[in-house]
Amino acid sequence: MSMLSEALREAFPEELQFDHRQHPSRVICCLLPRERFAEAAKVLKKKYALLAAEWASDETLLGKGFSVYACYRWGKEYLIVRSELPAEDPSFPSLTKKYLPAYRFERQMQSLMGVIPAGHPDLRPWIKFEDWPQDCYPLRKSFDSTEPLPRVDGEYQWAKAEGEGVYEIPVGPVHAGIIEPGHFRFQAVGEMVVNLEERLGYVHKGIEKKFEALSWHDAARLAGRVSGDSTVAHSIAYSLAVESISGLTGCNIPERAHWLRALFLERERIANHLGDIGAVCNDAAFAFMLYQLSRLRELLLRTNLRLFGHRFIMDRVFPGGVSVDITAQGRDEILAEMEIVAKDFERLVEVYEESSSLEDRVRDTGVLKPEKARELCVVGIVARASGMNLDCRIFNPFPPYDQYDRLELDVPVKVTGDVHARVWVRVEETRESIRIIRYILENMPAGPISVAVGDPLPETAGFAAVEGWRGEIIYWLQAGRAGEINRCMVRDPSSVNWLGLEQAIPGNIVPDFPLCNKSFNQSYSGHDL
Amino acid sequence: MTVNQIVMECLQIALLIAVAPLFVGWVRMLKCWAQSRSTASLFQPYRDLLKLFSKDVILAENASWIFRFTPYLVFGTVILSGAVVPMLTTKLPLSPSADVIVLVGLFAIARFFTALAGMDIGTAFGGMGSSREMMVASLAEPAMLMAIFTVSLVNQSTSLSHIAEVMYSGHAVLKPSLAFAFIAFILITLAETGRIPVDNPSTHLELTMLHEAMILEYSGRHLALIEWAGMMKLFLFMALGSALFVPWGIARSDSLLMGLMAGVLLLLKVGASGVVLVLIETGLAKMRLFRLTEFLGSAFLMATLGMLSFFILE
Repeated sequence: MSMLSEALREAFPEELQFDHRQHPSRVICCLLPRERFAEAAKVLKKKYALLAAEWASDETLLGKGFSVYACYRWGKEYLIVRSELPAEDPSFPSLTKKYLPAYRFERQMQSLMGVIPAGHPDLRPWIKFEDWPQDCYPLRKSFDSTEPLPRVDGEYQWAKAEGEGVYEIPVGPVHAGIIEPGHFRFQAVGEMVVNLEERLGYVHKGIEKKFEALSWHDAARLAGRVSGDSTVAHSIAYSLAVESISGLTGCNIPERAHWLRALFLERERIANHLGDIGAVCNDAAFAFMLYQLSRLRELLLRTNLRLFGHRFIMDRVFPGGVSVDITAQGRDEILAEMEIVAKDFERLVEVYEESSSLEDRVRDTGVLKPEKARELCVVGIVARASGMNLDCRIFNPFPPYDQYDRLELDVPVKVTGDVHARVWVRVEETRESIRIIRYILENMPAGPISVAVGDPLPETAGFAAVEGWRGEIIYWLQAGRAGEINRCMVRDPSSVNWLGLEQAIPGNIVPDFPLCNKSFNQSYSGHDL
Repeated sequence: MTVNQIVMECLQIALLIAVAPLFVGWVRMLKCWAQSRSTASLFQPYRDLLKLFSKDVILAENASWIFRFTPYLVFGTVILSGAVVPMLTTKLPLSPSADVIVLVGLFAIARFFTALAGMDIGTAFGGMGSSREMMVASLAEPAMLMAIFTVSLVNQSTSLSHIAEVMYSGHAVLKPSLAFAFIAFILITLAETGRIPVDNPSTHLELTMLHEAMILEYSGRHLALIEWAGMMKLFLFMALGSALFVPWGIARSDSLLMGLMAGVLLLLKVGASGVVLVLIETGLAKMRLFRLTEFLGSAFLMATLGMLSFFILE
């Protein structure tokens, strides 16, 4: 029995029930009446649990109303609290006052699913735009996604700052570089930012809705496209979630498939970290690093194309295993490539460390203090740069990372929370990933690389958390009565970390924003879904 | 005033207009080499200008005459500045009409109108750029004047032609005051021409821009003129440095042959200064905006030290 569920059992001895259709079994799902939904959060907050995700599901096809879910994380435990809401009155007590990340989760739930978080301080739509009809909720089963929506008039209310010398700078949604769209509104006095408000949702594609129309197998391809730069991590997370509820009891994914997945995952991590470190330096006009690191990144991507058939290794991971194996020759090729990358990377890190003009820009810029990071429940690189020791590969290991005694993963944690800390976490993770790749290649077990996986059991729910290069990616899948996808909840790290950026900016000067933003480098697509 | 002098004056202006983009191409080329990349053609800046000239001008509905007038004014003032800096010969007919203080004034006029044009449309970026540009100007201009006064004190004149001639005659070589003034001049050049570490000429990030933010709303031939003027300004600063500190090679007569020689030498000198510029730009990151006060403050300090050492030592 886990610590968190024990705490809930003590607090609500009569009302607490367990939902045994949630898989895998180490992720416990507690059922509480909706009046207790926020109280449970209070109990868990006292136990220092962090809020990992909050979502709602339309369960009319399962003969119920709606359900709201909140997923908490504490050390190695995940706990899901679920409350059922009647269809005619889908309201529940808001968690925002206990947990800050609930602020956006609940706005999103309200906009897209039409469940009402009672007591939420700000119910402006999120992701859904105001020129959509107010009463259309795309994630409900009653929503017809084949009909185009009528446009209505509406205006988004921005937060306002007033006073002498305060002015506003609207930036975006279309930016000067080739990046995704998102709107940032600064209120500044002189060059000092007093408030930053983000507005996202410009790349909302209805991914969660689309999942419900796909077969389990096709959906793996969709999961790989949630955020293109972390396609491997998303595919693995989806596959693990499906495998946890797969019909074949004791569905055993071959060991070699797990190791190959880890190989892809670490290659993705290195490629993205190299790109990010270079991009941060380039935003401080230190272009040399960008070009050199891009060269190394390109090296990796081309090897990916040659060995695995895709530069980003998209669509190579699916429920049941992987679709591409590595030959002995390919193994040697990667080992040789790692040699080059490791050597050149260390030389470039030296350049980074010894450039005092660069150091002056990255230190003490865009600080996200550890206490704030904790309050915002940020994940991944951002969390590790602000003193939080989080990494699914260690704390909630998915295979093959569960063999710690063999892999011995080392997770860098910095406490300063500035741009430099986020760069440095990337530097150390890159070194670590190079080491892991070498270890994987030298110790990979032989055997098949995939098995056939049956359709998931009806009315079950699967869960998986995977450490992508940005951070923890969570998938929660619910199978319907016929075993189809009833709901697929995707929680990209960006869903929580964007709020971290918003909170790190005030107090900085306007021209430092691009640098801070690049050091977070969150996904717009993964957030907007 | 002889016919030759007028011909030289025209040649010099033509040289400035024609060669400035080539110099920018050269700097970009050097930069690529310094970062071990393959390079674009030396003539790419000409193609860029041609492209801009063949595009339509998109004007904001609320653009006033200031916005439309500024590109021509900026282009004109740079040409006028080019006419008084001795590049080919010290015997320029226009040279006696304007000294270095007027030159600084000409740059100030161009900057003043660019800042007004930046605010004219009313977008947030334009105003932001204007405010930053004026902040830099308020620090760079006094430093620039101080550096020039130091050189003027040494050479007993504020006329550029006269300064170059005195330097030429060998009375003013290797004096500590000149060394200080030279360092100050390099720092000011980086600020005035918008190079790293003060500004990043190749950035696309609106929020970090200084000069580029002001001209963000320009397009077509307007933008081409402003860009071209920017290139000429960079070239002009190199030529100004050459006239103030290393005038050797500039003709002291109005002989056309001497002028030709001077032209070749000027290109060599400016080309070499490009190497120094690229070394600075590759080795440094852009400064945090409020560090500029320290940077330009030290330029001012250098120039002041130069002046003090003139009175104390020389």
